[in-house]
Amino acid sequence: MRRLSSLCTALLLIAGASGLHADDEATPKTPVVAAEPAPPAAEPSEADLELAQVTSAAMAKDPQAEAKIAAATSWFGTYAKKKDKDGNDVPGSLETGISAGDNAWMLVACALVLLMTAPGLALFYGGLVRQKNVLGTMMQSFILMGIVTVIWTVFGFSMAFSSGNPFFGDFSTYAFLKGVVWDDVLATDANRYPISYDYAPTISFGVFAMFQLMFAIITPALITGAFAERMKFSAMVVFSVLWMVVVYLPMAHMVWGVDGFFNWWNAAATIPAFDFAGGTVVHISSGVAALMCALFLGKRRGYPNRPMPPHNLVLSFIGAALLWFGWFGFNGGSALGAGGLAVLAFANTQIAAAAAAVAWVVAEWLLRGKPTLLGGISGCVAGLVAITPACGFVTPGSALAIGAIAGFICFGSVTYLKRMLGYDDALDAFGIHGVGGIWGAIATGLFLNVDVNAAVPALTMFSGGSLYYGKIVAGEVNVVMNQIMAVLFTVVLSGVGSAVILLVVKLVLGLRTTADDEERGIDLTQHGEEAYNPAA
Amino acid sequence: MKMIEAIIQPSKLEAVKEALNEVEVVRLTISDVQGFGRQKGHTEIYRGHEYTVNLLRKVKLQIAVNDEFVEPTVKAIIKAGRSGEEGKVGDGKIFIMPLDDCIRIRTGERGPEAI
Repeated sequence: MRRLSSLCTALLLIAGASGLHADDEATPKTPVVAAEPAPPAAEPSEADLELAQVTSAAMAKDPQAEAKIAAATSWFGTYAKKKDKDGNDVPGSLETGISAGDNAWMLVACALVLLMTAPGLALFYGGLVRQKNVLGTMMQSFILMGIVTVIWTVFGFSMAFSSGNPFFGDFSTYAFLKGVVWDDVLATDANRYPISYDYAPTISFGVFAMFQLMFAIITPALITGAFAERMKFSAMVVFSVLWMVVVYLPMAHMVWGVDGFFNWWNAAATIPAFDFAGGTVVHISSGVAALMCALFLGKRRGYPNRPMPPHNLVLSFIGAALLWFGWFGFNGGSALGAGGLAVLAFANTQIAAAAAAVAWVVAEWLLRGKPTLLGGISGCVAGLVAITPACGFVTPGSALAIGAIAGFICFGSVTYLKRMLGYDDALDAFGIHGVGGIWGAIATGLFLNVDVNAAVPALTMFSGGSLYYGKIVAGEVNVVMNQIMAVLFTVVLSGVGSAVILLVVKLVLGLRTTADDEERGIDLTQHGEEAYNPAA
Repeated sequence: MKMIEAIIQPSKLEAVKEALNEVEVVRLTISDVQGFGRQKGHTEIYRGHEYTVNLLRKVKLQIAVNDEFVEPTVKAIIKAGRSGEEGKVGDGKIFIMPLDDCIRIRTGERGPEAI
């Protein structure tokens, strides 16, 4: 809230400096944005003055600055239709509340994202393993739907999305989801304005909590591709729980939390990085964890000499198609509303997935002789991963490029890099999610276009003006460098965190099944059941 | 009575069945089998990783026949199961074994009558 008020001040100052909005300047005591005890516009703080200078300078460099500031002002105008802190209507502002349309889309998007884990990912991975391991592999994805939901309800949501420090929230504000209000955009905690309000003032805080839960579920499920066919179920469960607490929840707070370490919405963020739908949180963090798992567990018995072909690519195909389908909720839902931004994210998602599928198939056709179905579906997933952080910040043309390059890069990483380095990432969780995610995060900086997302000029101006359009083109702040810093931070956090957890679990429980159990398959030895039972 | 076992290419199964039908051999059991002989395997590529598959898919026919049907059956299988005029490595083999007895479960009939 303080941010809004000071933004308002800043906007007014800019307007004053540029002589755009003489009316506003004439009546600074009745700002268009909510009234709150804050530095009155008439007496701007030093920081505000500095901000005004920076943005004025930006305007001088950018001939379109006036139009952009007008757009930003109107964007914040919408953003500010609400009640004040005491629950009274702000005179002159519109009644806020849940938009039925936005909320309806978010509910659907929640369900779509859950569909990505099971059956989507479960089928995708299940088809890629050998027949004796299909149930265990599907179980690894499915059980996380249960475990993560429990963690999320008890303290996970609170740890990720309450305010605390730049790295994680507290354990109590939203414990057992108390304080999460289902029929209002507000929360009942002291802040009153939860992070979802900053992002999207028209959806229920509750639907935000559920939407984020679905992301928390799929992230550890992605890792299971790396240790497929050889990890003990008990070790997998303990690893996943610890990984959620040590890596995922802090990552979610850093990227999307109110006071997150690299949340570009956060004026005080150390590394203001752009991540629309979770490229760093979901894909890079899970991809790097996957690499660590592959290294700590070692190769499957017989790899790479013994053939380990996928036992049923039809299952994988259905799974990948469901991932593509669900990803519209993942990316489109990350607009946290059903407006134009959701449409853009939706379109970019489709375009990048398509471009990457084609790119992968073309690459293998040229280099390995045949265009394969597995290549096509792997490519589409790679494209979806890469567009995830970018989908709300780039144009469709850029999405085409991001997707196509992702297809080539990920093909190279699973075909050549993996063999060169010799690790056994069984289902290429690192090769696709790690590598594709890193490319996507950097590409978000490379292709960032402030014209497609009104929040970008508005918010970046607000975060001190340092990323404002005029400055970006002038190259004074390196957006790409910020993205790279965020990638490196994620790689280090997830890499070190995962390694420590794996070490602990290895010492306490052991990570791998016995050699004999591995030969018999995890279905029978870990779960006591078989997928295809000829005697039944 | 003889038991004829033939290992053939899966792609020839329909043609072999038709050929057997023409010589009035209308009873057979088939199963999917895998194996290898002189035919080399083929390669499969998954995400750029090539596997040489040397256990190849074949179809096994089991036909119990009375003595006068042995030659027509063998000829039919050879005619329909051979690839082209010359045939190819991998077209399979036919084994003929003596058959001690044959019993129809429904009626308890034994011997050539039961076939």
